[in-house]
Amino acid sequence: MENGDCLLRVEDLSAGYARPVVGPISFSVDRGDVISVRGPNGSGKSTLLNALVGGAHIFSGAVHRRPGVRISHQQQAALQLDNVPLSGRELLALTGADARELPDWIAPLVGKRLDRLSGGQLQFMQVWACLKAPVDVVLLDEPTNNVDPQGVHHLQIQIGAMKPTHGILVISHDRAFLDSISTRSIDLDA
Amino acid sequence: MNLFHILDPMFRWPLLTGVIFAALLPVLGMYLRLREEWLAALAFAQVAAAGSLGGAILGVPPQVGALACTCTAAAFKSWLARTGNNGYALLMITGWAAAILMLANVPIAEHLGHALFDGQLYFTGVSHLVFGAAFLLVVAAVLPWLSRKLLLERMFPDFFRATGMSAWKFHLIFDLLVAAGLALATASIGVMGAFGLVFVPSMIAYRLGPNWRGALWVATGISLLAYAAAFALAFAVDQPFGPVLVLVLAGLAAFGYLAPLVLWRRTPAAL
Repeated sequence: MENGDCLLRVEDLSAGYARPVVGPISFSVDRGDVISVRGPNGSGKSTLLNALVGGAHIFSGAVHRRPGVRISHQQQAALQLDNVPLSGRELLALTGADARELPDWIAPLVGKRLDRLSGGQLQFMQVWACLKAPVDVVLLDEPTNNVDPQGVHHLQIQIGAMKPTHGILVISHDRAFLDSISTRSIDLDA
Repeated sequence: MNLFHILDPMFRWPLLTGVIFAALLPVLGMYLRLREEWLAALAFAQVAAAGSLGGAILGVPPQVGALACTCTAAAFKSWLARTGNNGYALLMITGWAAAILMLANVPIAEHLGHALFDGQLYFTGVSHLVFGAAFLLVVAAVLPWLSRKLLLERMFPDFFRATGMSAWKFHLIFDLLVAAGLALATASIGVMGAFGLVFVPSMIAYRLGPNWRGALWVATGISLLAYAAAFALAFAVDQPFGPVLVLVLAGLAAFGYLAPLVLWRRTPAAL
């Protein structure tokens, strides 16, 4: 990986589960990139992110991670709480995210149990835990689901602030959100 | 019976042994419930009983027999887990059947068998306390390190995978902790007493705990309260300790379920 800012390089990657779902595809993620992954349902957007962290089978090609590069991955599915008595502060601490940096509108809720939060508040906590983890590359899969406009605005601000020091890949059906944050995009076909 | 006799040196060792397990088992129960594996605890407790009896028949200390059998079962637990609860249920009934057959056919196992199934804590000795104290030290050293990994893997499996850590290693370490804890506790407070301390306090704490750390304290507090009440009650009415403990825990479970409904008018949630 010759480029000093290159964090992740994907070469002719074909990935899926029982069979290939996405690829072959090649791209790199550099520091300063906010890459939107676009495509219709079933085009393999989530599978692509899963493949980058070993959650999907790689049929051909390779993912090269620069040594020491740390990745966080926010999955599309909502947290399965099942009555687990975990607070927002404890959730953020799991990934190493700093609770003190939460926006004012949600900071007072950080001590509450997660199963007492609304769906949008819970989703924001989940995204924040991955976004603010001490990592180099952040993978976000539908981060704006259920989040109200105020929360989406704070995600835009935060991603913008992190851009110089991180590489970020984002999947979202919210086209305006993607347009406002991304520096380039990867288009996948169905 | 005079309750002051509890302070008699003869009962001090059983009392202290039980305190150790009453403090530790609900904490393990919190993490077992996190992984939805509480049935594994009952399976391990039954295997521990069979192992204790087998150990006694072979002339080795019951705790050693129980530890050997449950840790072997824990090593195969990842395979059992693939079958869902079926594997644990099979392990549980197999352990129970083996224990009962040994009890019925080998005279030397009869006395110990009754202690295991009745939960006769009062007959435990210094060796039980020593094993319990050693286990307490192991848990105190390992669990704080393991806790974050178990929680992270449960709440953020994709994030956990992205860190490159191997979940199976942490699962195996935790399984061995649970197996050892249940093996030693079963040999001291019986099968259902040990399982009750894993199952009930964590169930209440999941409902009432303000957060994870608080819930750990709630579970431990409830467990110690139930243990103290059961110890004194069983002593006072001269009944086997295990069933009394289970009934006290069941009473606390009912209170834990109903109290929020009455006090804070919360809607019922699944126990």
